[in-house]
Amino acid sequence: MDRALPTPTPETQHFWDGCKAGELRLQRCTDCSHTYFPPRPFCPGCGSRSVEVYAASGKGVLWSYVINHRPRPDMGKDPHSIAVVKLQEGPTMMTNIIGCPQTPEALQLDMPVEVVFETFGETALPLFQPAKG
Amino acid sequence: MKQKSVAVVGAAETTKMGKIPDQSVIQLHADAALNAMADAGLKPSDIDGVATAGASPVELAHYLGITPTYADGTSVGGCSFMLHVRHAAAAINEGLAKTILITHGESGRSRVGAGGFGRNPASLMGQFEMPYGVTSPPTMFTIPVLRYLKTYGLTEEDLAMVAVIQREWAAKNPRASFKDPITVDDVLNSPMIAWPFRMLMCCLVTDGGGALILTSADRAKDFPQKPVYVLGTGESVETPMVSQMEDFTSSKAFRVSGKKAFDEAGIKHADVDHLMIYDAFAHLPLYGLEDLGFCKPGEAAAFIRERNTAIGGKLPLNTNGGGLSYMHSGMYGMYALQESVRQMRGIAPAQVPGAKISVCHGVGGMFAASGTIIFTNEG
Repeated sequence: MDRALPTPTPETQHFWDGCKAGELRLQRCTDCSHTYFPPRPFCPGCGSRSVEVYAASGKGVLWSYVINHRPRPDMGKDPHSIAVVKLQEGPTMMTNIIGCPQTPEALQLDMPVEVVFETFGETALPLFQPAKG
Repeated sequence: MKQKSVAVVGAAETTKMGKIPDQSVIQLHADAALNAMADAGLKPSDIDGVATAGASPVELAHYLGITPTYADGTSVGGCSFMLHVRHAAAAINEGLAKTILITHGESGRSRVGAGGFGRNPASLMGQFEMPYGVTSPPTMFTIPVLRYLKTYGLTEEDLAMVAVIQREWAAKNPRASFKDPITVDDVLNSPMIAWPFRMLMCCLVTDGGGALILTSADRAKDFPQKPVYVLGTGESVETPMVSQMEDFTSSKAFRVSGKKAFDEAGIKHADVDHLMIYDAFAHLPLYGLEDLGFCKPGEAAAFIRERNTAIGGKLPLNTNGGGLSYMHSGMYGMYALQESVRQMRGIAPAQVPGAKISVCHGVGGMFAASGTIIFTNEG
C-alpha cells in the first residue's frame, strides 16, 4: 500500500520543494524575527506579511512520541515511532524517528536528532534520525 | 453570561447504549432528543432552537420536525456540546430562541449511517501529520504525554491509576460498559496500543447519544424536573494539530476555557462539589485537574493516587465511570454533561450527597478545543 502523502498548497509548496532539494525550509518574520511552522505567508506572532523562507539547520531534539503498535496499512507491519521533534530554531514538527530500534530504550526524550529526507514517489518526507557526532 | 439566567429542563441519553446495530446516527440523535423532550414534557413543536455536532442542525431540525429560529452547528469535536450550552445560554438571554435542544448521536462502534475518517491530504494536518502514520486518536492525543511524564517525574503507573479509580466509579453505574474492578497491573498488562498507552488507558468505542433542553430560568420553574442552572461557561480553541500545541504539559484551550467559566461563575475551587473531565485517555484528567487549577502543575497524579477523586474523596471526579469505563461513542462531551445534570438533580447512580456545584469540562479534537460549563441546583 502506498504511503499517505501530502498534497501541497500554494502556501506550503516551498516546504515540500525544499524537502526534495534536501533542505528543511522554515519561515521567519522580517519584522519580529519569529520563526514559525507550519508554513503560511504571514507571521502568526505579529500578523506581518513580511516573511522570508530560509534553510533551517535540520537539527533538533526528540520532544515526545508514541510507538504505534497497530500501524496503518501504509506504514508496514512493525511498531514504529510517531514523534514530535523540537527544532533548534524553535518550532515543533511531527515526524518519524528512523535509524534506531523503535523501543522506549532507544528513543530517549531530549536526544539530539537530525533530518534525513526519504523519497516516496514524487514526494520527500522530512524524517529524523539520532544525530551523528 | 449572566449567572443562573438559563437552566437545563430536559436531559436524557439514548434508550440503549453500547452496541446499537439497528439505529443510524441520525436516529440516535432523535432517540435521545425524544427522551429529553419526554423528560421536559415537551413536543418537537415546542422547540425553537437546535444545536448539534456530527450531524448538521439542518438534518436534525428536519428529521425531528422542528422549525427553529436559532441553529448552532459548532463542531469542534467532543466538547462541541459544552459550546452549544454556552451559545444557547447567550441566545436565550438575547431572545433568539426560548427553548433550545442540543443533541448528540454517534454510531461509533457499529458505524451505521456514519461517515468515514478520511482526511484531506491538502489540509495542514493532512500535510504535516498524516504522512507519519497517525491513525485514530490513540496515536495523536497521546503524543504529548511522554514529555508530561518526564517533566514531572511521573510513570506509566500514574496513568494506569486514573483508569483504576474510574473503574471504581463505573462499578456503581448499572449503565456502565465495564464494571469489574481492575488493578494497575491489569492496566499495564492490557494490550499495547501506542506506547506508553495500553488498551485500558484508552476510551471505549460505543454507540449512543444524549440530548439537553435549555430555557430561561424564569420558565424553568414550570417544568416537571428540578432545574439545573448554568452558573458559568467558557470555551477556547488552540490548534488542529497536536504537534503544534504550545506546551506539551498543559493545554492552553483548557486553561482559557476553565478560567473564563470560573470567572463567570464567581466561585472558588473549594466551592466545587463534583467534577467531570472528559477522559478520552487516561492523561486527560491529569491535564484537566492542573489546567483548571484544582492541582498545581505535576501534582494531579498524586492527587488521584491519594484518592481525592475516588468514592468518598473530597473532589468526586468522573462519577459515571468516564469515557474509560462508562461509554464513549466518539464525542463524549454530551455524556459528561448528562452526568453533571444527574448529579445536580440528585439522581445519579453514584450520587454525591448534597452536591450543589458541578464543573463539567470537555476537550475537542486532540487538545484542539475546550468547553467548560459550571452548573448549580440552587436558583
